[in-house]
Amino acid sequence: MPEALDTSAKKLPAGEPATVPVPVDAKAEKTRSLWSDAWHDLRRSPMFVISAVLIVLLLVMAAFPGLFTGASPRDADLSNHYLGAPNWSHFFQADWLGYDGQGRSIWARMVHGARASIIVSVGVTALVTILGTLVGVLAGYFGGWLDAILFRLTDVFSGIPFMLGAMVVLTTFAERTVWVVVLALAFLGWTTIARVARGSVITIKQADYVTAAKALGASTSRILFRHILPNAIAPVIVVATIALGGYIAAEATLSYLGIGLAEPTVSWGIDVSAGKDQLRNAPHVLMMPSVMVSITVLAFLMFGEAVRNALDPKMR
Amino acid sequence: MTIIDNTSAVPAPRADDGNSAPLLEVRDLHVEFHTRDGVARAVNGVNYTVDAGETLAVLGESGSGKSVTAQAIMGILDMPPGRIPQGEILFRGQDMLKMSAEDRRKIRGSKIAMIFQDALSSLNPVLTVGYQLGEMFRVHEGLSKKEAKAKAIELMDQVKIPAAAARVNDYPHQFSGGMRQRIMIAMALALEPDLIIADEPTTALDVTVQAQVMDLLAELQREYHMGLILITHDLGVVADVADKIAVMYAGRIVETAPVHELYKRPAHPYTRGLLDSIPRLDQKGQELYAIQGLPPNLLKIPTGCAFNPRCPKAQDICRTDTPPLYDVTERDGGALPGRRSACHFWKEQIHG
Amino acid sequence: MGRYVARRLLQMIPVFLGSTLLIFSMMYALPGDPVRALYGEQAIDQAQIAEIKRSLGLDKPFLLQYWDYLTGLFQGDFGTQIASQQPVADVIADAFPITARLTIFAFLFTVVVGITLGVVAGLRPDTLVDKSLLALTLLLISVPSFVLGYAFQYFFAFQLGWVDPNVNDPENYGQLLLPAIVLGSLSLAYVARLTRTSIAENLRADYVRTAVAKGLPRRRIVGVHLMRNSLIPVVTFLGSDLGALMGGAVVTEGIFNVRGVGYTVYEALSRREGSTVVGVVTLIVIIYLVCSLLVDLLYAVLDPRIRYA
Repeated sequence: MPEALDTSAKKLPAGEPATVPVPVDAKAEKTRSLWSDAWHDLRRSPMFVISAVLIVLLLVMAAFPGLFTGASPRDADLSNHYLGAPNWSHFFQADWLGYDGQGRSIWARMVHGARASIIVSVGVTALVTILGTLVGVLAGYFGGWLDAILFRLTDVFSGIPFMLGAMVVLTTFAERTVWVVVLALAFLGWTTIARVARGSVITIKQADYVTAAKALGASTSRILFRHILPNAIAPVIVVATIALGGYIAAEATLSYLGIGLAEPTVSWGIDVSAGKDQLRNAPHVLMMPSVMVSITVLAFLMFGEAVRNALDPKMR
Repeated sequence: MTIIDNTSAVPAPRADDGNSAPLLEVRDLHVEFHTRDGVARAVNGVNYTVDAGETLAVLGESGSGKSVTAQAIMGILDMPPGRIPQGEILFRGQDMLKMSAEDRRKIRGSKIAMIFQDALSSLNPVLTVGYQLGEMFRVHEGLSKKEAKAKAIELMDQVKIPAAAARVNDYPHQFSGGMRQRIMIAMALALEPDLIIADEPTTALDVTVQAQVMDLLAELQREYHMGLILITHDLGVVADVADKIAVMYAGRIVETAPVHELYKRPAHPYTRGLLDSIPRLDQKGQELYAIQGLPPNLLKIPTGCAFNPRCPKAQDICRTDTPPLYDVTERDGGALPGRRSACHFWKEQIHG
Repeated sequence: MGRYVARRLLQMIPVFLGSTLLIFSMMYALPGDPVRALYGEQAIDQAQIAEIKRSLGLDKPFLLQYWDYLTGLFQGDFGTQIASQQPVADVIADAFPITARLTIFAFLFTVVVGITLGVVAGLRPDTLVDKSLLALTLLLISVPSFVLGYAFQYFFAFQLGWVDPNVNDPENYGQLLLPAIVLGSLSLAYVARLTRTSIAENLRADYVRTAVAKGLPRRRIVGVHLMRNSLIPVVTFLGSDLGALMGGAVVTEGIFNVRGVGYTVYEALSRREGSTVVGVVTLIVIIYLVCSLLVDLLYAVLDPRIRYA
């Protein structure tokens, strides 16, 4: 980048009056905070807007499935609807996306399946973020033997392949509810966040403003909560948002394998599994939940990407 | 007009002798960058010439367009976002902006070379210095790997790197800052180019090392009779080495002068300000002068004289009329060769 | 260098012990009794069960069992499958080459296609090519592998008839192609993005500008100067990815009916039979650790700034 651009030309708000006498207005020069700057960028990003709309829709679907369909996901009518084909013109009606091998409305199952996906992914992400940040900040800030132990522990957990580990953990439970799946995935998933948090804490710890705070006699807790956490949290949030999409896929995969959620919970993964035997003659049974999972993962992934681009334009 | 009459309309022959064209001539060069916030006009009509064996110092704050001009000459501007809407860059009379990319590449490194400010980041961290030096010979002269390495050692000796043969396989991070900058200089000198552009070659170095590196550069320049464009914001560096100085502000040249003339009698308030802000021992205890305000925003360069918002002597005309580059003369009208100033009130500045 | 390797090997020990202990304790906590499960619904003598358990060492305290397992492991003994009485080592030896072949195939696909795509896009940041690649990789990442597997199976096997829907002969590379692509697609997307970002970032680096100023041809600038630096993070990722690929093979093998390690694990889990699972996971952990050691060494070779500290 040429030097002419990285000095004053860059950070000007668009609507600055043209007749400012001194080139760079003093207020404009004061950099906007990281978050407000990010928000400014986000609102203009089509990727963010599209993914945010999708996510809101999914959240509403998970909370109030009745708004989208009147049909029950568990009402089976084998005699009339066995593998019934989709009726594309019947928007949002029970037969819109057709019926599955048990004569249940696929559309109803799609709508009601959102809840499991959302609860699992949000739950895992929340747990993983809390646990990972805690471990990462402790290890990164205090260093020494604590770091050695915690980091080795992180290594131990990340040595186990995620899907395989999750399968093993889940088989140890006789009854696999949504919360069991959340715990199992969180148990294995926290290491990524811990690494990211540790890395950014170590960087920030060496920053001049932290040294300054120490020199001024700030207490450890004040330095941690006022200086280090707020600055270390941005990369953590980015990684967590992107990981959220991954947990949706993980839940669906495990349920598909028959090791995740189980009936009567409605889950897209279970539906994919149920549809695989009819792939040849009734592909829509497998296709609908597959598309649903993919769109949901994509929405969260795009959301995470947009947030990352806004928080750290350099990473693009 | 006869057939043998070679006027300037026809590209001059490349031969050194009998050619009146200067080594390098920049004519009315404009460079702009298209950014999200608008068009940044980094260079707005720069003219200068450099002859063989001559040193031109280009002086200015960051954002004045001095480095961008150099990059345009070198042909290493990022385009896009950069764009050269008008201007000519004549090397031995040939406009390089009209050459094919391949022709320009062949000039780079062999005829015109560049020394960058930060040698650590400008050298490839994962290749040995010997490889990076030898590369010049391998690419431009087709030497073998072995011959190239021998040449690299020779070069390192020439820029006075101790134990060159032992260090040729070291990586850039294993050298000190001053030694790294010597390697950059060696790389630029490798093919004995006609012109060297040094972009703040000593800024990143310790003060004690600065002088050594500068002396080395000046010595080698004399030895090879090269043209040198020395880009800097440091007036102290310039005084000993430069023949003439061009002061840039907001993408334009605001003053040119032979080096000692400029120090003695600046003809532009901006140059005056720069000189006054050098700390001096004989003014101990007094407050150091500083130019008011900030460098201009290149997206919205002030109308009239770009320096007017910061100029202590600005009048109404400065806010409306852009001053041309006036020829500066003695009070009695006697010629001052090489002296020009883009100030409406240059007379008051130099004589007043 | 030698000291560094020794140190890294020492560091691997606690990680290895921790990972295997973790898996071992989870299998220990499995509900249900594998010995009891042998007999299905039939009523059996408690004494007989106790006898079998003692012969298998299952009556010992947990940590002692783990110790026995570890000592056995160093003699190449992964334990014995309770149901078939087959040594786990034999079971793994049968299944592992198939998974290894699938994984390596997927890995090569990931490396070749991923890096190529990443370089192509990274050299033209923010152009249409670049944006299409970003969109494509985003899509690949969001489609879970079982969905992709069935989509491929449906189109290429059922609709177009180009390939067999199932792998009948794991020696046949043509049949393994589809599962390998499915298995590798997620990593492919990551590798492509990582390469792209790294190339695009390094393209703006000062040393690339120097290379241009030296009058080097573009081929050389990209091939020698840019690539070497840009691929360092990609290599790191690829090393940690091999283990993940093996884990992911569980799903892919199920879809395409490949009788590899994943299939074995899946079967063992449904029979609540721990020794096979622990054996396979142990093996994958070892592979993961060896790969990360190799990556660290390779890293130091690629980047001279890294000291073996």
